[in-house]
Amino acid sequence: MKDTLAVARGVSWRVLHMFFTNPAFLLPSLAFPLFFFTAFVGGLSRISQVPGFDFPTGYTAFQFVFVLLQSAAFAGVFTGFGIARDFESGFMRRLMLAAPNRSGILLGYLFSALVRWLTVASVVTVVALLAQMNIGGNGVDLIGLYTLALLLNLAGALWAAGVAMRLRTQQAAPVMQMPVFLLLFFAPVYVPLGLLKGWIHGVASVNPITPLLEAGRGFISGEPELALAAFAIGFGLALGFGVWAVRGLRSAEAAG
Amino acid sequence: MEHDNSIEAHGLVREFKKGPRAVDGIDLRVDPGEIYGFLGPNGAGKSTTVHMLTTLLPPTAGTATVAGFDVVKEGPKVRKAIGAALQEAALDPFLTGREHLRLQTTMHGITGEERRRRSDELLTRVGLTEAADRKIKGYSGGMKRRLDLALALVHRPRILFLDEPTTGLDVQSRTALWVEVGRLAKEEGVTVFLTTQYLEEADVLADRVGIIDHGTIVAEGTPERLKSEISSSTVEAVPADPAQREAVASVLERFGEQTTGYGPGSVAVQLSSPNGNLTEIVRALDADGVVLSQLQIHEPTLDDVFLAKTGRHLEGSGDEEERRQEREAEPAQV
Amino acid sequence: MNIALLQTAALGHRAVVRTARQPANVVFPLVFPMLLLAVNSGGLQSATRLPGFPTDSFLAFALAVPFVQGALLATINANVEFARDIQTGFLNRLALTPVRGIVLLLGQLGGLMTIAVIQAVFYLVVGYAFGVRLASGVGGAFMLLLLEIVIALGFAALGSWAALRTGSTEAVQGLFPVFFVFLFLSSMNMPRNLIQADWFRWVATVNPVSYLVEAVRSLVIEGWNWEALALGFAAAGALSVIGFMLSAHALYRRLERT
Repeated sequence: MKDTLAVARGVSWRVLHMFFTNPAFLLPSLAFPLFFFTAFVGGLSRISQVPGFDFPTGYTAFQFVFVLLQSAAFAGVFTGFGIARDFESGFMRRLMLAAPNRSGILLGYLFSALVRWLTVASVVTVVALLAQMNIGGNGVDLIGLYTLALLLNLAGALWAAGVAMRLRTQQAAPVMQMPVFLLLFFAPVYVPLGLLKGWIHGVASVNPITPLLEAGRGFISGEPELALAAFAIGFGLALGFGVWAVRGLRSAEAAG
Repeated sequence: MEHDNSIEAHGLVREFKKGPRAVDGIDLRVDPGEIYGFLGPNGAGKSTTVHMLTTLLPPTAGTATVAGFDVVKEGPKVRKAIGAALQEAALDPFLTGREHLRLQTTMHGITGEERRRRSDELLTRVGLTEAADRKIKGYSGGMKRRLDLALALVHRPRILFLDEPTTGLDVQSRTALWVEVGRLAKEEGVTVFLTTQYLEEADVLADRVGIIDHGTIVAEGTPERLKSEISSSTVEAVPADPAQREAVASVLERFGEQTTGYGPGSVAVQLSSPNGNLTEIVRALDADGVVLSQLQIHEPTLDDVFLAKTGRHLEGSGDEEERRQEREAEPAQV
Repeated sequence: MNIALLQTAALGHRAVVRTARQPANVVFPLVFPMLLLAVNSGGLQSATRLPGFPTDSFLAFALAVPFVQGALLATINANVEFARDIQTGFLNRLALTPVRGIVLLLGQLGGLMTIAVIQAVFYLVVGYAFGVRLASGVGGAFMLLLLEIVIALGFAALGSWAALRTGSTEAVQGLFPVFFVFLFLSSMNMPRNLIQADWFRWVATVNPVSYLVEAVRSLVIEGWNWEALALGFAAAGALSVIGFMLSAHALYRRLERT
């Protein structure tokens, strides 16, 4: 256990050091969520006047939840990019040779994904508050919201790590990114589920991200709903992709 | 009008904004139909000189004429008269060999049936007919270089610039390229300006060699004359008993000056007389009771010429120079 | 003159062939805009119930966006290859031929405009397959293709400028998020007069991309709105002129040949 944690500490230190000292990594991670938040809230706020759009705390809070979850998922995916880059450069081989317990490597990347997202989430939250976002939920509700985001961050990182460890090339980036992108955007991004019509309603209804999104919006408006389902899905995704990632690590070990 | 296939440069200089002078006053003349070897380590200024002579870079100072045209004032005319295969093969991995030739011929204004004929002729000449319709990313290094040469020849240039054409090639591909270059010069009268860091290439191909170091020509002449001017043979002896190394050295030093750069445990002296007597050397060693495991005579090489002029060996010195420049360019890291 | 045309055509042909032989560069600019269109038109259909919304089909409203987005994606990809030509020395190979510098640029731009037009036809067909009918009719379709050519020229010229100025594939790729920001901070998802946030409406009004989108949109949902078309052509034309001047200057500095 001590070895595993030591390896994890080393790996995460390196990734975070690169992240915080390299503007090419740090700035896009911060800029994109802020940009989406600004564009959606600024450009689409009129949507809240559509008959049937009943969200008590306003469109800013409505979109904030989506951007928070999106940033969590993509912070996880970007960690996968880093893993793929390390494979291509040969650095992963060095890590695997040095680490007494290789699970520590995966743990290290996961920890760095979490810290990356926490950084982004802090900035996005501050900006949303400055934009006078209304919060209807209490402290427990907000903990629930950020926990959901954390689960999504973990799931995203484990998914991307599993892909990166199997394919071991940066050309796998679209494979890591696209499914996450599709899952996020085939959810009720702009309006609640009840206002979607046609095929998109059908897809969003079965999309596992939808309950997380709706529950998150429930937390921020102080009217929690689907919380149990959302946490079950969140944990399920994290667990399932955890198995996926560990098996990916084993396949990378076997490949040498 | 008689075509001028010569190259001339007077005081050619190229300075870059934040660096030393890459070329620092080059004077040279290449006669029509000659193969001129421009030999030097990495970073010596060979490619920069080629870029100036092929009009890709304007000189900072000095003048040059290629095929009788001034490289600065008559750039387009120079480009019509020359072909160039530069250091990077610079091919498009998504195009086939034939498509490259099609593009190159069109750029030179060769169209229609003439374009097709010329492409087929060149593909046959460089042995790429079978691979002509394959994409470049499937080509080996040797195939790429051959295509590069074919592209340089589409418009029948009078002067050909080859910038390290065989770097990275296997022996077979290199030899094939040498044969073709030699044929171009001897049978078609093409003037060839060839840069290389390989001694053997300059020795085998070049009628005359210019040795460049740190942007200036340090020696120029035929390979034979340069070698004979600079040095005589070197004798290298390896004692059977390493403890006798000093004894071997003291005997050999009677015949010349000790030199380095040979095998570990060996003693090498450059003979003071060009016609050093090997028999006398063997007798002297025998008289002193020295037993050798190996005795070799090394004829002078262009590397010896470079060593005499610069104090460094040519092969490997470019890598050392590059590493030194890289260290100076980067800040120290803790 | 003939030779210059042949050279331009050969270089343009190469730009098209290179793109066609890289599946990712073909599929992504076709599929990604359609994906976003599907997501946005499904997710924002309810916006058509807002008073003053110009159409009851958000698909028809949003169909304009792929034309701008697709032109952007295709020209960025192709200009990354142009930057690679500089990195690998292929541009030097071309510079050693008698080809004039301006022909090098025109060939590259011509190829990119061809790619954009092919994509535009694809978007029109997809839109038609999903029930969108151009209010401006068949004539409008041709006008749309003409507009697409000018839009693509603007993006292509700016991308070529980046490629020639930097010689770096990463720098050209880095343009994509910049252009993306301009696209999102426009009237792509909501008519300008219905944008509620004053600051966003102001940004969308000064953003030239809004006029590109609105010009294409007018052909789809309104018919012949000459004002919108004039503004769209003016914006695309201005981008093209500025981009062309910048890239011609950058080419002159990059080539350095005598």
